[in-house]
Amino acid sequence: MTADWPILSVTIWLPIIGGLLVLMSGDKAPGVSRWGALLIALLTFALSIPLYPGFDASTAQMQFVENRPWIPMFNVNYHLGVDGISMPLILLTTFITPLVVIAGWEVIQYKPSQYMAAFLIMEGVMVGVFAALDAMLFYVFWEAMLIPMFIIIGVWGGPRRVYATIKFFLYTFLGSVFMLVALIYMYFKSGSMEILAFHDLKLGMTEQVLIFIAFLLAFAVKVPMWPVHTWLPDAHVEAPTGGSVILAAIMLKIGGYGFLRFSLPITPDASHSLDWMIIGMSLIAVVYIGFVALVQQDMKKLIAYSSIAHMGFVTLGFFIVFIIVSRSDVHAGAVLGVQGGMVQMVSHGFISAAMFLCVGVLYDRLHSRQIADYGGVVNVMPWFAAFMVFFSMANAGLPGTSGFVGEFMVILASFRADFWFAVLAATTLTIGAAYTLWMVKRVIFGEVTSEGVAALQDINAREALVLTSLALAVLVLGLWPAPLVEVMNASIGNLVQHIGVSKL
Amino acid sequence: MQYDLLSLQPVLPEIFMLGAACVVLVVDLFLSQRTRYWTYGLTLAALVGAIAVTAWTATSGTQVLFDGSYVRDPVSDVLKLAILTIDLFVMAYARDYLDQQEIYRGEFYILSLFATLGMMVMASANNFLTVYLGLELLALSVYALVAFDRDSIKGAEAAMKYFVLGALASGMLLYGLSMLYGATGALNFLEVSAAIASGNIDETVLVFGLVFVVIGVAFKFGAVPFHMWVPDVYHGAPTAVTLFLGSVPKIAAFSLAIRLLANGAGGLSAHWSDMLTILAIASLAIGNIVAIAQDNIKRMLAYSTISHVGFIFLGFIAADSRGYGAALFYTVVYALTAAGGFGLLTVISRKGFDAENLHDLKGLNDKSPWLAAMMMLVLFSMAGVPPTVGFFAKLFVLEAVIRVDMVWLAAVAVIFSIIGAFYYLRAVKVMYFDKPIDDQPIIASVDSRLAISVNGVAILLLGIFPAGLLAVCRAAFVG
Repeated sequence: MTADWPILSVTIWLPIIGGLLVLMSGDKAPGVSRWGALLIALLTFALSIPLYPGFDASTAQMQFVENRPWIPMFNVNYHLGVDGISMPLILLTTFITPLVVIAGWEVIQYKPSQYMAAFLIMEGVMVGVFAALDAMLFYVFWEAMLIPMFIIIGVWGGPRRVYATIKFFLYTFLGSVFMLVALIYMYFKSGSMEILAFHDLKLGMTEQVLIFIAFLLAFAVKVPMWPVHTWLPDAHVEAPTGGSVILAAIMLKIGGYGFLRFSLPITPDASHSLDWMIIGMSLIAVVYIGFVALVQQDMKKLIAYSSIAHMGFVTLGFFIVFIIVSRSDVHAGAVLGVQGGMVQMVSHGFISAAMFLCVGVLYDRLHSRQIADYGGVVNVMPWFAAFMVFFSMANAGLPGTSGFVGEFMVILASFRADFWFAVLAATTLTIGAAYTLWMVKRVIFGEVTSEGVAALQDINAREALVLTSLALAVLVLGLWPAPLVEVMNASIGNLVQHIGVSKL
Repeated sequence: MQYDLLSLQPVLPEIFMLGAACVVLVVDLFLSQRTRYWTYGLTLAALVGAIAVTAWTATSGTQVLFDGSYVRDPVSDVLKLAILTIDLFVMAYARDYLDQQEIYRGEFYILSLFATLGMMVMASANNFLTVYLGLELLALSVYALVAFDRDSIKGAEAAMKYFVLGALASGMLLYGLSMLYGATGALNFLEVSAAIASGNIDETVLVFGLVFVVIGVAFKFGAVPFHMWVPDVYHGAPTAVTLFLGSVPKIAAFSLAIRLLANGAGGLSAHWSDMLTILAIASLAIGNIVAIAQDNIKRMLAYSTISHVGFIFLGFIAADSRGYGAALFYTVVYALTAAGGFGLLTVISRKGFDAENLHDLKGLNDKSPWLAAMMMLVLFSMAGVPPTVGFFAKLFVLEAVIRVDMVWLAAVAVIFSIIGAFYYLRAVKVMYFDKPIDDQPIIASVDSRLAISVNGVAILLLGIFPAGLLAVCRAAFVG
């Protein structure tokens, strides 16, 4: 089904062009850039909503397709479209961006127009990544993301921001250039840059392994998977709150999305033969990084490590598929794993955004992220404490919140693959609860420990608005995940079918 | 002998340029310092006129004149238009800088115009002598330009180095050409390539001559290991001259390579493409790694040039029209980007302050967000990050390399571009993340501001719509 107007193009270009206009407005009248940015972000969200009702969930076909020649000499097209995998992620992006704009409202005093513009441009580019059906278009958007993020962390970040942002840029750049080489190689094999044509491309085992590794470098850095995760804690700690939110809520998802769109369908045999490696890395992320999170002194760092652990679930869900598929003809378990990973991605988008915003609320008041500097916050900020405890519960995977659904689905699916995978994965329910709730205990509960904490003001209406929207999203997805799962069903079923067929 | 004046029409751009340069030379004699703007205006008019004449006389076919020593084909038209257009940017940037540094003299324009004429001749050369003639006209003008600020010791030293090494390289080139001439008995590229293709000539002599030709080409490009002059000359010359030197002559060097290697010695491509592979890898490695250690931004951009030359050579390795098209695209894009980079340095320089160190860019975003954004586009384009055009330049070259099954070479190239990204990022960091060291406002004239704006926006727009320029570059070779 197609809308009458190019809904994907609008969702991509409205924030980019709007961002440029905000940039032009300059810093003489910060109100103009703030309201302008909010208006554009909300408008983009409103205009992206028709993607959901207009989406036909019964088919795995690409929908809302737009296709125009872009570089005809290379057969590169401006080809957009969404299926059940990318559509929810686009809505996640357009939902989070207005919240980020509101969250940075008063906090950002230095060059607000550039700050707001960077986030708007970022939004358009990220939607472009999810919507691109042409590999070159995908790559352009993928790389273009780096520039605004580099600026966001570097200009509005913490004391070690320069180190963090250059590390972030070079790490991700390193990962992605090899993907570029792989894409060009496949272009010669297939004669086009269409991602869907790559899916049907016959490739030998050696080729598949090399292409798989090139993709792995790009996506594993982005997700990030252990052992290439070290840029994330640095980037998160130094980034301004809004930067952390976008980074955790959406940019990490792009790595996971890449696995589903590229690695699994293009190189199914290599993915199958190397799945032990990815599963191992995912389980290490879940268990080991969980323990690392436990000992963090810095709240943002703790949440960053918790993000890595949660993303471990995502990659685990994606790659146990191969073991399940090879065991029986039943795809149900396999579909469950991938779906669990997808639900986990969306849910983590809400929860990690909320957690970073909560830390941001505290940081704006006391300018410290150290757990030791807080204590007894509940006594002075009851409303805030309620939100923070709620989101922490969600982060720990409490049933009834969205955090539970994805984890539960992945654990269930991993039982079908291997009992021990499930056991190891399930430890997260304990470790996750331990590091999150221990942090909450030290920060929120207890006696008021310092004068600084005693002087804290509870959240204002602006902060309450942001946190409430996220809390609603977490609850709705936790209690009633069916709307999300249903739109993905056909696409994921098709994907699992596709990867069950060898390309050799 | 009958001589029909109309038969000179294909060579009209060069005739126009020669005439215009002479007019500027004479007019400038009668101008005082106060009315010097006439020289500037006439120079711009000459360049615009030459663009118009080139476009007007362009045809899709190939016309050979003067007993086969001159050729007018689509390649030459594209090259000339690129040279003249980027020259226009250079002139627009340079005036303000020359004025502020008190070296605003007519010779700058006259020498630049003659250098441009030399480049145009190279672009249309069809035999060894014409190539050499154009090359030397360019080289002699540029030697003088480097020493243009005659009271500067650095400038004089740089000019001396450039002259000695340049003369040596020209000698090498000439020696190589004489070998090829001796072996094939022809000066004309068509006859030379026909002689090589016939297979009757001892290949040892040909390859022996070819080595010297490649050395000459590599020197003019500034490829490792013939790069020693590049950082010193870029550093020593006044920034306005570095701006000229670092941008437009790259296109001329491309003409040199395409005429000598592809047109003349095309039959020996198996040999020179191996040589260029080694030069390319060495240039990518040395250029990118040494650039990291530079604090002087002119030196940094000089090493960056060296690494970009590596990429241009990669386009030649495939030795087919698609590869040449990619290399031409890369060269034009690089010249445009380099003009922007050096151009920005001239824009932020002011009286008594010559911006050339990395810390001179500190806090540029605080002082002028627009200029900082333009420089950021330039730097990201050099690093090859989309959506700037530099990414597509790299992409097309990589495509040409992978198509001839040299995936490993593409992998090497991308690894070095990651290393290269670091120093471009450092410059962005200085502009955006650091505080300014002084609170002197940036004084820039309207023309240089306009030039940097058009230049930066062009880098972005060509990145979003690369198809047009690529089609032009591709069509020049495919026909």
